Amino acid sequence: MRNFVTCFFPRGSKLLTIVLIMILFGVISAAPLPAEYRFPRPEFKSEYEIPKTEVPAATPSIYEYLDLFVLVVLLSIVSYLVLKRRSRLGIFIISIFSLIYLGFLRRGCICPIGSIQNVTLAIFDSGYIIPLTVIGFFLLPLIYTLLFGRSFCAGVCPFGALQDLVILRPVKLPAWLSQTLGLFPYVYLGTAVLFTATGSGFLICRFDPFVEIFRFGSRVEMLIFGGILLIIGIFIARPYCRFLCPYSVLLRLFSRFAIWHGTITPAECVNCKLCHDSCPVDAILPSTPQAEPESRSRGVKRLMLLLILIPLLTGGGAVLGSQLGHVMSYLNSDVRLQTQINRENTTGTENYSEDSSFFRESRQTEEQLAEQVATTKADFYTGGFLLGGFIALVFALKLISLSLWRKRDEYEIDKAQCVSCGRCFEYCPVEAQHKRAKDD
Amino acid sequence: MAEADKEKNNNLSRRDFLRYGFRAIIGLGALSVAGHTLFSSKSHDMVWQLDPDKCIQCGRCATRCVLSPSAVKCVHAFAICGYCDLCSGYFRQPPFALDTAAENRLCPTSAIKRTYVEDPYYEYTIDQSLCIGCGKCVKGCGSFGNGSLFLQVMHDRCVNCNECSIAVTCPAKAYTRVPAHSPYLLKKAAEGSG
Ligand code: SF4
Ligand code: SF4
Ligand code: SF4
Ligand code: SF4
Repeated sequence: MRNFVTCFFPRGSKLLTIVLIMILFGVISAAPLPAEYRFPRPEFKSEYEIPKTEVPAATPSIYEYLDLFVLVVLLSIVSYLVLKRRSRLGIFIISIFSLIYLGFLRRGCICPIGSIQNVTLAIFDSGYIIPLTVIGFFLLPLIYTLLFGRSFCAGVCPFGALQDLVILRPVKLPAWLSQTLGLFPYVYLGTAVLFTATGSGFLICRFDPFVEIFRFGSRVEMLIFGGILLIIGIFIARPYCRFLCPYSVLLRLFSRFAIWHGTITPAECVNCKLCHDSCPVDAILPSTPQAEPESRSRGVKRLMLLLILIPLLTGGGAVLGSQLGHVMSYLNSDVRLQTQINRENTTGTENYSEDSSFFRESRQTEEQLAEQVATTKADFYTGGFLLGGFIALVFALKLISLSLWRKRDEYEIDKAQCVSCGRCFEYCPVEAQHKRAKDD
Repeated sequence: MAEADKEKNNNLSRRDFLRYGFRAIIGLGALSVAGHTLFSSKSHDMVWQLDPDKCIQCGRCATRCVLSPSAVKCVHAFAICGYCDLCSGYFRQPPFALDTAAENRLCPTSAIKRTYVEDPYYEYTIDQSLCIGCGKCVKGCGSFGNGSLFLQVMHDRCVNCNECSIAVTCPAKAYTRVPAHSPYLLKKAAEGSG
């Protein structure tokens, strides 16, 4: 309409245009209801006034900023408790608060773990506008981790807090097992990013084991999944954190380079071995014998071999991944729907599946769907290629890091694995001495 | 001894160097992702809403919400209602009788109240506390009437899941994220009436 008006007043005053538009709009809105309505609006003889359509107001977004504020405060307190106060009790109390507030009251949504997907979507889908608060949720824990280690996991993440509560009889896992299982978060992260980027949904939210507990929800499968994880968690501490959590991939990386990370002992380690059993997530590395267990040249040779293997493995993974990506695309609902519709169309059956009959009822056309599916499949192919390469690369790097031998004179924290829960602090006899000295 | 110490120092500094390098890389990486996303971000939140013009009343809104009863409920745009005596959103088709007996009504929870206005007009209001968002009335109204009844995600109830679990299965792709400051997609005519 604007074009229509301006074509009559090519260089005419803006005001005139606006007035004209307003008049036109006025005419339209004052006009009786369009004829498409079967039953015209009645002319009431009585005093009856047509009520307004009422819709409840949304919760003001103040809450989102409040949550962000709470997040910062909690992260700061936990970092202080880990690094300065070295207080397991303090961390525990804060984690209970986080569990209640971020978990049960704010119902665990939106969390930094899930925000990975929002960030991905913001990058790949130009139609999605990411709210500032979500970016805050994604970045703040990472920034704190780069500064102080995984304070977020220690006492802020409601998932971590819930799992931490049930660590009753932790057992040590054999190293090969925990190393292998520890690769799964990379696979999960990569797959979740692939699914988000291809518009196939938020896997992390869909397979979120604890949110149903926080919401007293009704998705039975997920309640069972969460329950099983918690039962396992009695013996194998924090199973979600160590073997599933996709956010932990980033946290591990950032924590490895943390500027100030918590330490087992406040002073010098006396190699008493007491702390080793106190860590529920096997993040304490014992000191090593003085000499390297094998000759240096053999080690170097193996390293060389592994370094050559990196590009081979990565390439192989990428090729395999692109094939897998094709298979995975059938997990996308559009692709599945189209397959179903095609099958029905070729067999000529009238016996439509629920999804297909709803689709036929809706305003979408089969051409639109086909177009959509073609792009989705192509995206899955490329995405699968990258995903396969990424996983293979992670695998290769893991092999290398396992084969490297590093001398340790003290019991050390594996900064990547440590969730800063603070359990080891009180096991250290040096700590006890320090405390006594302080008290005197 | 001094030799060994020196080597240790050298080793340390090399490791430190690596560490700082990595920190810088990570920091830069994080910053660029942050920058990119910040660039396209908005200060307001996004919430889920369904477009009533796309909805085909499949019934999944009632069952797939993480809340029970669902956060989706029926809304009435009075401004486009015909105030019909024989409301096709209220009565089962064909109606046995034009009375409010339960077996004649479409709504499974009797959430629609029918009040006499004047001859021959009746007003239909939704008791939101009873509505379960099944969309039966919406379908009825849309197929014979003006389509003044429609579904909306009620934002006093919706917990704004990161991924709405109804949106995932909505066969009409009716769900979108909308800015939190205008969280409803009312039927256009209903909006116009203000
Ligand atoms: S590892 Fe993941 S789930 Fe566990 S505490 Fe950290 S962020 Fe939470
Ligand atoms: S799921 Fe979609 S089509 Fe079905 S009732 Fe809800 S909005 Fe309508
Ligand atoms: S028929 Fe369904 S959607 Fe309509 S008012 Fe009743 S419960 Fe709500
Ligand atoms: S966002 Fe969650 S609570 Fe809201 S309508 Fe969707 S499923 Fe229900």
